[in-house]
Amino acid sequence: MHEHDVIVVGAGGAGLRAAIEAHEEGADVALVTKLHPVRSHTGAAEGGINAALHPEDSWDLHAYDTMKGSDYLGDAPAIDAFAQEAPDEVIQLEHWGMPFSREEDGTVSQRPFGGLSHPRTTYAGAETGHHLLHTMYEQVVKRGIEVYDEWYVSQLAVTEEDDPDERTCYGAVAYEIATGEIHGFYARDGVILATGGLGEVFDHTTNAIACTGDGQAMAYRAGAPMEDMEFVQFHPTTLPSTGVLISEGVRGEGGILYNDEEERFMFEHGYANNEGELASRDVVSRAELTQINEGKGIEDEYVHLDMRHLGEERILDRLENILHLAEDFEGVDGLDEPMPVKPGQHYQMGGIEVDEYGQTCIDGLYAVGECACYSLHGSNRLGGNALPELMVFGSRAGRHVAGAVGEEPEIPTGPGAKSENGSIDAPVNLGGVADPDPVATDGGELATPQDVLEATVEAERERVETLLERDGINHADVREKVQKTMTENVNVFREESNLKQALKDIREARELYQEVAVRDPSRTYNTDILHTIETRNVIDCAEAITVGALAREEFRGAHWRMKHQERKDDEWLKHTMYAWNDGKTDLYYKPVILEGEEQTYEPKERSY
Amino acid sequence: MSTQVTEQTETETEEQTEEQSPGERRREKKEQLQREREQEKSDLLDEAEETVELKIFRYDPEVPEKEEPRFDSFEVPFFEGMTVLDALIYARDTYDSSLTFRHSCRQAVCGSDALFINGKQRLGCKTQMVDLEWPIRIEPLPHQEVVKDLVVDMEHFYEQMHAVEPYFDPDELPDGEREEQRQTPENREKVKLSTRCIWCGACMSSCNVAAGDNQYLGPAAINKAYRFAMDEREGTDRKEDRLRIIEQEHGVWRCQTQFSCTEVCPKDIPLTEHIQELKREAVKSNLKFW
Ligand SMILES: Cc1cc2nc3c(=O)[nH]c(=O)nc-3n(C[C@H](O)[C@H](O)[C@H](O)COP(=O)(O)OP(=O)(O)OC[C@H]3O[C@@H](n4cnc5c(N)ncnc54)[C@H](O)[C@@H]3O)c2cc1C
Ligand code: SF4
Ligand code: FES
Repeated sequence: MHEHDVIVVGAGGAGLRAAIEAHEEGADVALVTKLHPVRSHTGAAEGGINAALHPEDSWDLHAYDTMKGSDYLGDAPAIDAFAQEAPDEVIQLEHWGMPFSREEDGTVSQRPFGGLSHPRTTYAGAETGHHLLHTMYEQVVKRGIEVYDEWYVSQLAVTEEDDPDERTCYGAVAYEIATGEIHGFYARDGVILATGGLGEVFDHTTNAIACTGDGQAMAYRAGAPMEDMEFVQFHPTTLPSTGVLISEGVRGEGGILYNDEEERFMFEHGYANNEGELASRDVVSRAELTQINEGKGIEDEYVHLDMRHLGEERILDRLENILHLAEDFEGVDGLDEPMPVKPGQHYQMGGIEVDEYGQTCIDGLYAVGECACYSLHGSNRLGGNALPELMVFGSRAGRHVAGAVGEEPEIPTGPGAKSENGSIDAPVNLGGVADPDPVATDGGELATPQDVLEATVEAERERVETLLERDGINHADVREKVQKTMTENVNVFREESNLKQALKDIREARELYQEVAVRDPSRTYNTDILHTIETRNVIDCAEAITVGALAREEFRGAHWRMKHQERKDDEWLKHTMYAWNDGKTDLYYKPVILEGEEQTYEPKERSY
Repeated sequence: MSTQVTEQTETETEEQTEEQSPGERRREKKEQLQREREQEKSDLLDEAEETVELKIFRYDPEVPEKEEPRFDSFEVPFFEGMTVLDALIYARDTYDSSLTFRHSCRQAVCGSDALFINGKQRLGCKTQMVDLEWPIRIEPLPHQEVVKDLVVDMEHFYEQMHAVEPYFDPDELPDGEREEQRQTPENREKVKLSTRCIWCGACMSSCNVAAGDNQYLGPAAINKAYRFAMDEREGTDRKEDRLRIIEQEHGVWRCQTQFSCTEVCPKDIPLTEHIQELKREAVKSNLKFW
């Protein structure tokens, strides 16, 4: 058994930041990660990091923009903390050597970004995330923090009290990919989940293949609810064959979207008469899909993004990396022909419910980064707000787990925060199918943390044995089923009948999952096992997203409902909570907190 | 008449379903899914205008029939824009789930899938199938220990990267509150290309010197040292230390300027040039201090 003060699961931006901070506070920290840290998907971020650095800018303006962007579904304590601390974190990154783009006077450059009232986006070329990730990994190496790389965490060791508020997390179980051995990790002070996004729930995404919602699903099954899962950001310009992101920069420079009939549909069909191609992500995504559904897509699949009229010189000067992306990943020469694009899943606003220090309702269990929901982004994330989030909340959680925070959090978590029960007219049963569910085994009411951990290790050994020994179907077929239905039915357009169809398909996938087996008999680097375990997590996340989408009968931020075309503040200024308890699920709500430190945020229309 | 027959069959099926246990129903679903998948697979192959043959290296020290390295052939449907990584994923998810390779981002930023494709180190995700000769031969990176199939042991590569103290370590930091260090745009430009490395290991695998001298730092690690040594923010003392590290026996002087690393680097980093420049810097500082 391995033993540390703090176990950080995941080594993307959020995990690295949390580990460094806990280490600075004197904790013995280990990072346990299924990918080597520098392979984390934080490295794919292009655009930038927002922080109110300029003397004429101020944190409360950044906070206000973020709340407005969230369509008033953010919680003020999280938003305020975020905006106040983001500048320190950016300076910290600079002091750690991050190669930011610079002004003539040697200071860090800042540029305008969508939804921001001041140019406060710092960046490092078009590879901001890559530099942030590598800079922080370098600091981890400098500090000698222990990294278990290519170790897959498959389960949390959590006690089994009826009320999740009373449970404790003592550690986690990890599968060593190289050898197939299963290890227990005892965490004396706490476990921090930093496992990133869940793009694999959809079949078209800008996320990596490793973004499978592991942390969300593990925490959920241990009793920490998922919050606001229906809010999924779709990006309007992704390459059709891979989902690789073509940044807003192209449209910012004057790139034009055309349909099959060479109509500039954003204007000609009145989707955005003022802003055209530069309207917000959700508006452009819906316009593209409407065109495609009306038979005006190219090959019934995508639309064209044309930048040829900008001229070779300007393209090479400002958009060179886009040329490479289109060439390498779609085989298209952007100087010669229009680039095919379509909407793709991009970012998950919802996640594991946590307070403004990253604590879940389970004692000793934290979550940070994209897998968490402090309620910072609410129903819609502003571009450039995720990277500073990793830094601010990674750091806050690291400090908290190491015992260096005195204040009480203001955001309540767990079933105790429930204000209202929810219900949906589900066409099928929800939650677990197997009884007992092998992945919902927790330690039971056992005497010591070690006992809880050992019981969890044993349960995981059995799970893996079973998968290896039995005959059955390939998990990939089940995953594909989920991805297909999610993309078809829980996409940017949401209609009651489609959402119900998705729930049926997810249920079917869940039942089929009972029959999956691993064909690779080897213990050496068996990725078949890992992907099979991941698929179970994909199913749990897909269900939570769909349940939330069916429950929320309004149009807010990224969530659009066919029959409910307006934001309904009287009824829906509340968070959607979805909790798992022993295979049963519970849908309920908790209020949004709009009272901030300097201002009480009054919901206004979100127009730009 | 015909209507009646149909009705009867329907009732029968319903009754059957009622009698079935959940397990049986699941099994039936499973078989149905398997049949559907088989059909889809063969349809896809039929529909595809072209198919490509992949010849993939296989090895697993633990599995008797894979102990002896061998090549397996897979036929995959070709579609426009398809990359080698897409083809590998297709082969694995459709034919053999034990086919093993690293991958994650699909966009040349995570550095997971450097492979030896048709005799050259390339990233699977960044290599278009149309740009290659078919059939396509896919092997693990040469000069690295094979763990299984296309997966190589990266430990040695990481050790070399860590050996150059790959972290920013300035002589001093500004005193002011929230004050950044200054860096000229020119200096930022100077280190820009060197900071693009994604730790894929392609360069190291292509290097003859590294193949012969296991302790040679290798192009990626030396480039990492360059990234810091040339960064004006660190200060001159630190730069001295850095030059000492890369000047050691298995450092820059081993490079025979064959340019193979520069040729394969998927991020177009001028590695050989950076190594040469460090040699010159080392000479300069020797002249100055000894
Ligand atoms: C293409 C793209 C562009 C973007 N551009 C921007 C931008 O310009 N600005 C911005 O602010 N945001 C941007 N974002 C969003 C932002 O990059 C992400 O939200 C953020 O990087 C997520 O970081 P993370 O640390 O939470 O997760 P990740 O970086 O994905 O890291 C997850 C980590 O968890 C590990 N892990 C996962 N599961 C397990 C498990 N079961 N066991 C062990 N380890 C596990 C992985 O190995 C990995 O180390 C972009 C996102 C994408 C996809
Ligand atoms: S220098 Fe180039 S080839 Fe070498 S590891 Fe870095 S990115 Fe890969
Ligand atoms: S999959 Fe990430 S570099 Fe190819």
